[in-house]
Amino acid sequence: MPATATAAPKAAPASPSLGERARGFVKACFDGPLNIAISLCCIALLVWLVPPLFRWAVLDATWEGTAQTCRQNAGACWAFIREKFWFSVFGLYPFEERWRPATMLLILVAMVLASTVRRFWNRWLLLGWAIAAPAMWVLMQGGILGLPYVQTRQWGGLTITGIIAVYGLALGYPRSILLALGRRSKLSLVRWFCTAIIECVRGVPLISLLFMAAIMLPLFLPQGVTVDRLIRVLFAYTLFTAAYMAEVVRGGLQAMPRGQYEAADSLGLTYWQKMRLIILPQALTITIPAQVNTFIGLFKDTTLVVVIGVFDFFTTLRASLGDPNWLGFPTEAYVYAAAVYFVLCYAMSRYSQRLEREFRPGAR
Amino acid sequence: MSSTSTTGVRMPAAKPLIPLPSPATLRGLMWQALLAAAVVLLGWWLYNNMLTNMAARGLQFGFGFLGRSAGIPIGEAIIPYTPADSYQRALTVGLLNTLRVAVLGILLATLLGLALGLARLSSNPLLRALTGAYIEVIRNTPLVLQLVFWHAIILQLPSVRQALNPLPGVFLSQRGLKLPAFLADEALVSGLFALLAAALLWYGLVRREAARQAATGERRSTLLPGLGLLVAFPLLSAALVGAPRWDWPELAGFNFQGGITLSPEFFALLLGLVIYTAAFVAEIVRAGIQSVHKGQWEAARALGLPGGRIMRLVILPQALRVIVPPLTSQYLNLTKNSSLAVVIGYPDLVSVSNTSINQTGQAVEVISIFMAVYLIISLVTSLLMNLYNRAVALKER
Repeated sequence: MPATATAAPKAAPASPSLGERARGFVKACFDGPLNIAISLCCIALLVWLVPPLFRWAVLDATWEGTAQTCRQNAGACWAFIREKFWFSVFGLYPFEERWRPATMLLILVAMVLASTVRRFWNRWLLLGWAIAAPAMWVLMQGGILGLPYVQTRQWGGLTITGIIAVYGLALGYPRSILLALGRRSKLSLVRWFCTAIIECVRGVPLISLLFMAAIMLPLFLPQGVTVDRLIRVLFAYTLFTAAYMAEVVRGGLQAMPRGQYEAADSLGLTYWQKMRLIILPQALTITIPAQVNTFIGLFKDTTLVVVIGVFDFFTTLRASLGDPNWLGFPTEAYVYAAAVYFVLCYAMSRYSQRLEREFRPGAR
Repeated sequence: MSSTSTTGVRMPAAKPLIPLPSPATLRGLMWQALLAAAVVLLGWWLYNNMLTNMAARGLQFGFGFLGRSAGIPIGEAIIPYTPADSYQRALTVGLLNTLRVAVLGILLATLLGLALGLARLSSNPLLRALTGAYIEVIRNTPLVLQLVFWHAIILQLPSVRQALNPLPGVFLSQRGLKLPAFLADEALVSGLFALLAAALLWYGLVRREAARQAATGERRSTLLPGLGLLVAFPLLSAALVGAPRWDWPELAGFNFQGGITLSPEFFALLLGLVIYTAAFVAEIVRAGIQSVHKGQWEAARALGLPGGRIMRLVILPQALRVIVPPLTSQYLNLTKNSSLAVVIGYPDLVSVSNTSINQTGQAVEVISIFMAVYLIISLVTSLLMNLYNRAVALKER
């Protein structure tokens, strides 16, 4: 009740009726000769772009049927996407075992949704992730509990995109905190070491790290030792996540007023107590919006595994372009992939904006 | 407790001759020594493994292979190149291709991003909404996807004979983009030098007028004399050496003659990088201009400054402080993202390196080379941008 009572007077003047808003919009569009000219240009652009696109994507589109039906119609071939939908989710995972990646995706979605609720931000959530992450891997790989073993080479589609993103973050995040602390350490050797790692990783493209993991890493291991390709990808991706997140965390550490450090010191806390109890909880909280933004970038970058032939969502769709029964529909596949990535990333970015508003001083 | 403190007051403990480091410092030294030992041991272990592994594959560690003939066909090269040339030459061609797309991309992305950022702040809600939609869609989809999308679109364009001709002299077909260009002869060089000289003179004029205004308070515009210089000098050059001649592309048989060509791969890469990066630049520009307090606009207006000079003298210098650091990282991102060329087959540094690795097996050396090159590019760019940033940064007195 009190929340609504305080929100109501603020919201009342800010939300005029729809009609008023529309009238205001039109008025602002045609206010003065310059604005009229700009508006006319915009309308011309829309008229030029939207109707043909709409005709292609909806009116002339083929929703069901074969490639033959698609070629007879002028519009988009959504039947192709329909045909390849489950392939783009599960990749080459054995057909009768598909319930396993499906369950894994459900767990993933449930955990992510739970993590967006601020009321759940506590130890139990961390524990939940600590159980869910290995459970997801075991479920996918099998080999125990009566589940047939499935090679990581057969994993694919949206499942593997989710796995790379989640494991990259789960493994990279703790390391990013260590790197950030190391970069601000008083011990010069530790500082140089962490700075060198962060700058070297941030200075090169992610695909060069992926190449390194895929081609160069096997050369550095003792003879006879082989590491699964997906693990090698995760190694590169974790390194990348850690370096980028470290800079965000460092920003948070630097934003802490000096008094916080001094107060902790004067209480006689050790370095690790000071960081764990005083500095990090505050520094990590204020940088959460920035962390989400960085994660959006990292999530988009999971598509780069295409260069070493890991079948993530995008690569799976790209591979289905080579299906001899369905040649010649790359645009549809790319539009579909773009739509999926857009929905996920846009949701994350709206979430980050909401957090930013909530965290702004004086917002509560 | 109290007894020790009283004795402490009466008779301070004798100082050791050599001051021992405090326990905390000792602990620090110990950790650093451990870290150094771990890094050295790990490096030594990895190096030994590498030597053993390479020996097992009949390879030798070293950069000698760079001199061998590469045999890699490269479609587009700025410097003369044949497949018989060495690996070193092939990698240089790749590097130049990377730099070509990066420099052009940075220029175009800055211009487009600036325009979009200003459009995002326009008073026209329709324009604002359109720009917002563009920015959200582009920022929230992966770049690789956009690159292959543009590449697919370009490959679906009409063939050369039915090439689209949106502007005179500009042809768009599945073979890429054809643009008219000046012939690189002495007339062009002379004309460019004339332009440069005119710009320098104009700059000198501006400096002198600024000094004059500071001394006397009287302000004179340099716009007309400056534009006059910019027109007169190239005209003079044309009269003396001759006007630069156009190289106009024309359809002849099955292909175009003349003009410059952007291959479908280069064009798709450039288009994708510019469209993608411009969306980020637009947000940076918008945030930068919005970061300048409203009071600054009002104060400048109260001083009677006209709109253009408010922007140039009051708002931009303050906005640039906010804009330059994130803009630097966008430039670096664009350069690094240009390595995605490998996905659509543009022969950039990574693409050529990849082929070299497949042919020679010298993975460690080649990957070290291109990682080092990217690191150097990153460091040089951030150095230059830091210098610029220092020039525009807040000077606290």
